Amino acid sequence: MKERVDAYQYWPYEQRPKIQWPNGARIAFWVAPNIEYYELDPPSNPHRKPWPQPHPAVPGYSIRDYGNRVGHARQMALLDKYRIRGSISLSTALCDHHPEIIELCRERDWEFFSHGIYNTRYTYGMSEAQEREMIRDSIETIHRSTGQACAGYLAPALSHSEHTLDLFAEVGQELFGEQAGIYTCDLFHDDQPTPVNLRSGKRFISVPYSMEMNDTIAYVVNKVEPRHYLQMLKRNFDRLYAEGGTVMCIPTHNYQVSCPHRMKAFEEALEYITGHSDVWVTTGREIAQHYLANDYDTAQLAIAELTSRSPR
Amino acid sequence: MNVTDDYLQYPWRRAGYDHERYEWSMLTDRPKVSWPRGKRLAVWVNLSLQFYPLNQRGVPFKVPNGMTMPYPDLRHFSLRDYGNRVGVFRVLEAFERYSIRPTLAINAQLAQDNPYLLNRLAGLDGEFICHGWNMDHLHYGGQDLEEETAVVQRSVETLRELTGRPVRGWLSPAKSQSWNTPELLAKNGIEYCCDWVNDDMPYAFQTANGPLTMMPLSSEIEDQFVIGQNLHSEDSWVQQVKDAFDYLLAESAEQGGRMLALNIHPWLMGQPHRIACLEEVLAYISGHDAVWQAPAGEILDHFKAQSEGSSQP
Repeated sequence: MKERVDAYQYWPYEQRPKIQWPNGARIAFWVAPNIEYYELDPPSNPHRKPWPQPHPAVPGYSIRDYGNRVGHARQMALLDKYRIRGSISLSTALCDHHPEIIELCRERDWEFFSHGIYNTRYTYGMSEAQEREMIRDSIETIHRSTGQACAGYLAPALSHSEHTLDLFAEVGQELFGEQAGIYTCDLFHDDQPTPVNLRSGKRFISVPYSMEMNDTIAYVVNKVEPRHYLQMLKRNFDRLYAEGGTVMCIPTHNYQVSCPHRMKAFEEALEYITGHSDVWVTTGREIAQHYLANDYDTAQLAIAELTSRSPR
Repeated sequence: MNVTDDYLQYPWRRAGYDHERYEWSMLTDRPKVSWPRGKRLAVWVNLSLQFYPLNQRGVPFKVPNGMTMPYPDLRHFSLRDYGNRVGVFRVLEAFERYSIRPTLAINAQLAQDNPYLLNRLAGLDGEFICHGWNMDHLHYGGQDLEEETAVVQRSVETLRELTGRPVRGWLSPAKSQSWNTPELLAKNGIEYCCDWVNDDMPYAFQTANGPLTMMPLSSEIEDQFVIGQNLHSEDSWVQQVKDAFDYLLAESAEQGGRMLALNIHPWLMGQPHRIACLEEVLAYISGHDAVWQAPAGEILDHFKAQSEGSSQP
C-alpha cells in the first residue's frame, strides 16, 4: 500500500495560470445525475457489505428504485427547464434493465460516463485483469446503447484499486483512442481540473465532481435540511463564481434530490445559478476536452517548474 | 481477499428488474388516475402504534428507535410507552379537530395488551392495518419459514379477532421483510402491503400465493426519519411535509392523481413541544380543496377500480 495518491502533484491554488472558459465565462457548471442500479441480492464481496441488513434489504433497494421509477422524470424535467444537459454517472447495467431512461437522456444529448456495472459490485478484491474486464464491459455497454465513447469515470460506489485510473484510461484508449478515457471524477483534491499522471502517459485529467455538493452526502451522510442544502449550493456557487476559472458540479441521485420534499430546494438552486450571466452550463466531457486543448500543457509546465524549484 | 470470476457474472442483467415481484414502469408513463369528486391528491395519514419490548432480542438487528442501552433500558422503553399512554391522545384530538380519517398501523400485541387504546381507536372513522406482532419481531432474510409463518398468522388473526374487522393491509416492523413475507401476507388474506417505498402511487406486486398491491408508505417525510434519524427540527419537518404536499399537488395537475403518504408516531409527534407542528401540517393538508383524505384501503379501492381492465402495472 502507498502512503499517498501519486497520480497528481502538490500544486497550490494561488498563482496558477488563469483558465479561460468559453465566451469569457467565470465558471463551468455541470450537473452529474447518478443513475444507478443496486441489486436486490448481490453477491458478497470480502471487503464491503452491499446492504446493512440481510437480503432483501427492502428499504434500501426500494428507495433507489423510487429514483428510477419516479425521480428520474422529475429531475429531467427540471434540467430541461434550465437548459442543462446532464452528465450521467451510469450503472451501465441500467442500459439493460431500464433502456427507456437511457433513451430519454440520449434524445437530449446528455453525456453518459461509466460508474461501473452495478453500484453493488465493488472494485475491491478484483485482480487487475478483472477490473480491466469490468471497465471494458461498462465502456462497451455505453457505446452499444448510446453510441458514445465514454470519456469519464466514477468508480462504482467509489470503490477503487491502485490501478483504477490507469485501467480506465488504457481501456478507453484501446477502444476509442483520444475520445474515450480522458477524465476521472474520483479525485476531490481541487476546484479546478488538474492533470493526472498515469503509467501510460495518456493525457488525462481530473474534473471536479464534488463530494460536498453531492446530494447523497448532504442528505444522507451529513443529514442537512433541504432548504439548507439550497444555501450550501448558493454559497458554493457564489464563491467559485467570484474566483473565476473554476468548476462547480452538482452530483445528484434521482432517489434523493427528486423526492417531493426536496425538489423546491434543487429548483431554486438551478434557477439561481443559471440566472447569472457568466456561467458556462456544460458537461463533464466538454470541460475535459476544453481543458485538455487549452490548459493542460500550461498546467503541466507550471507544475514541472514548481517541482523543479522546490523539490519535496 | 480476492473475488472469483463469478463476481463479474450478472445472471439478472436483463430488461426489467433483477427479480419478478413487479413490473418495471416509470410513473410518468402510466394512465392518469383521478380520485373521488375530482380530487387530485389522496392523503393517507398513517399512525404507527408500536410496542418496543424491554427484553429486546435484536434479531437480526436492533430495530431503529428500540432499546439501545444495557438491560433494562427504562429510558427508551418508557419513552416509547409514553406514545401509547399520553402522546396518542394529543394526536387523536388533532385528528378529530381536522376531521382526519387515519390509517392505524398497530402491532398486534399492543392491540391485545391494551384494550382501552384499541377501543378508543376503534371509535375513529379509520382503518386498522397490521403492523406485525411487535417491534422486536422483525421479518428478515434467512428467517426460519415456520417461525415467520406463525408470526404473520398470529398477528393478522389476533388483530382481526380483536377488531372484528377484515384487516386488509400490512406494514412490517421497520419495513423489514424476508424473501417469504409477501407470500405469507397473501396467504393470510392481506390485500396490500406498505413496505416497498419505490413509488408515489399504488402498484401490483406478485407473490406465489396470488397478487398483492404495494401501497408505498414514504419513509422520507415520516417524523421518525426526519426528526428522529436526521435530527432536523420540528419546524423543518413541517416545511418538508408542506413542500412535499405542494410538489405532489402541482404534479397531479399535470400528470393525474397522486398520493401523499404521511407516517407519524405518537411517541414522537405526541410530545407537548411537537404536537403543534403536527396540527400545523394537518391544518395545511385539510384546508385544501383538491385533497381527498382517506384511509389507505379506500385509496386502494379507488385506484383498483380505475386500473382494472387497463394494463396498469
